[in-house]
Amino acid sequence: MRAWLWHQLDSLVTTLARFGRAPIVMLLNIGVIGIALALPVGLYVALDNLQGVVRTLASDPQLSVFLAPDAGPADAAKIEARLKQHAAVRDVRYVPRDQALKELKASTGLADVVDSLPSNPLPDAFVVQPRGAAPEALERLRDEVSGWPKVTHVQLDAAWARRLEAGLKVARLVVWLLATLFAFALVAVTFNTIRLQILTRREEIEVSKLIGATDSFIRRPFLYFGALQGLAGGVAAWAIIWAGLQLLNHGLADLSRLYATQIELRHLSLEDSASLLLFSAGLGWFGAWLSVDQHLARIEPR
Amino acid sequence: MISFSQVTKRYPGGLEALRQVSLTIGAGEMVFVTGPSGAGKSTLLKLMAALERPSSGSVIVNGQNVAALRPRAVPFLRRKFGLIFQDQKLLFDRTAFDNVMLPLAITGFERREAARRVRAALDKVGLLAKEKSYPVRLSGGEQQRLAIARAIVHRPAILLADEPTGNLDTAYAAEIGELFRSFNQVGVTVVIATHDEALAARLKPRLIALKSGRVAA
Repeated sequence: MRAWLWHQLDSLVTTLARFGRAPIVMLLNIGVIGIALALPVGLYVALDNLQGVVRTLASDPQLSVFLAPDAGPADAAKIEARLKQHAAVRDVRYVPRDQALKELKASTGLADVVDSLPSNPLPDAFVVQPRGAAPEALERLRDEVSGWPKVTHVQLDAAWARRLEAGLKVARLVVWLLATLFAFALVAVTFNTIRLQILTRREEIEVSKLIGATDSFIRRPFLYFGALQGLAGGVAAWAIIWAGLQLLNHGLADLSRLYATQIELRHLSLEDSASLLLFSAGLGWFGAWLSVDQHLARIEPR
Repeated sequence: MISFSQVTKRYPGGLEALRQVSLTIGAGEMVFVTGPSGAGKSTLLKLMAALERPSSGSVIVNGQNVAALRPRAVPFLRRKFGLIFQDQKLLFDRTAFDNVMLPLAITGFERREAARRVRAALDKVGLLAKEKSYPVRLSGGEQQRLAIARAIVHRPAILLADEPTGNLDTAYAAEIGELFRSFNQVGVTVVIATHDEALAARLKPRLIALKSGRVAA
């Protein structure tokens, strides 16, 4: 058992020594793998962030009911009563035009613009919380309410979010397709690296076979090499994404100060990071295994 | 220890290297396989270590039929041998020490014990002072002695040498011959394919003469 462990360690050390022997080639390989992985994973992170936003919006749909500018308090009271009695409505909040203007002034930082207006351009409005979130029911409610007198427009606030979510599903599929393609690229890169290594170490392999090395003994350093290269590529991809997000968040900080909201992109979660590294190491191992399987059998001592 | 019965080896292309060869080599023997170039000496040795498979007949080593050996079992058969070649097959990208370490690394030897054995083997062939040298820095005779150290470091029961003195001058060849004699004296079976008559005269081994793939005497 100890000898076996020693041997594993030995293979690992040999492998690391091989990394050190051609550092430029290694760095380029790791870079290629890192970039290939960073593309789908970066897209995944972007989608993940977007999805977080969309989810909160889509799970909490609202209808904004805007009244005609000439509607008086009596009209408003009538519509409010009608909305409150409606079976599909859970809650109604009345937003008088003056209050809407005040909110606009306070929340958007457009006070100067608002002050310069000669009169309040905003209509009275109701914010309606519907009972369900099914898109069809919401649309029916919107169509119904917009037919009422003194109602000019009904806005289904979450409609765009739902459409976006459907779009995100397609985008997710694209991510998976890309991930598959780039995983293939990773395997191909490893395959080729290992092929070249086997060719340059031909003599060593031959002599090892000659003096009684088993195939698994010969294979092991190459497999380790593939796995380590894949892992390093995964780390590179992670670093690329981290740096990218860092830059974006830096830019977004200015933006969110302008809009007085908190916008920040989330990095890969611990689980996602772990699976990225595991996945890249596994693919490297697989590429190496394919290559060794292909090329090792052809080297027989004579 | 090694026995051939009715062994024929035909290479692709029709060349018959060995024809109906039968012979037995006992444990602890020293045997020289002689004969002109192309007589089948190398093939005989390669069949013993499963570097080649016989076309017909059987090769028995330590009770195992080499011809019927599964590929997985071949490495373990080879570990019973120490192999020495005319072109030493040293690895030039590692030191003398690491070259000799290779057979022990392969069998997963414990590190400290392995290092001790490597030094013992290097000492035996008189290269202990050069353990850190790379093979290119060694003379032809030293390279061959290094190859011998590698062949004996795992203490094999059988030593196979193909033209071990092939491209050495007489003084070096005599040294190598003495080494083989000393291994044989401690019970190692030694089989040497050679046409070095001076060496044969000195060591007085049993001779197996091959001629056109047959045992001549």
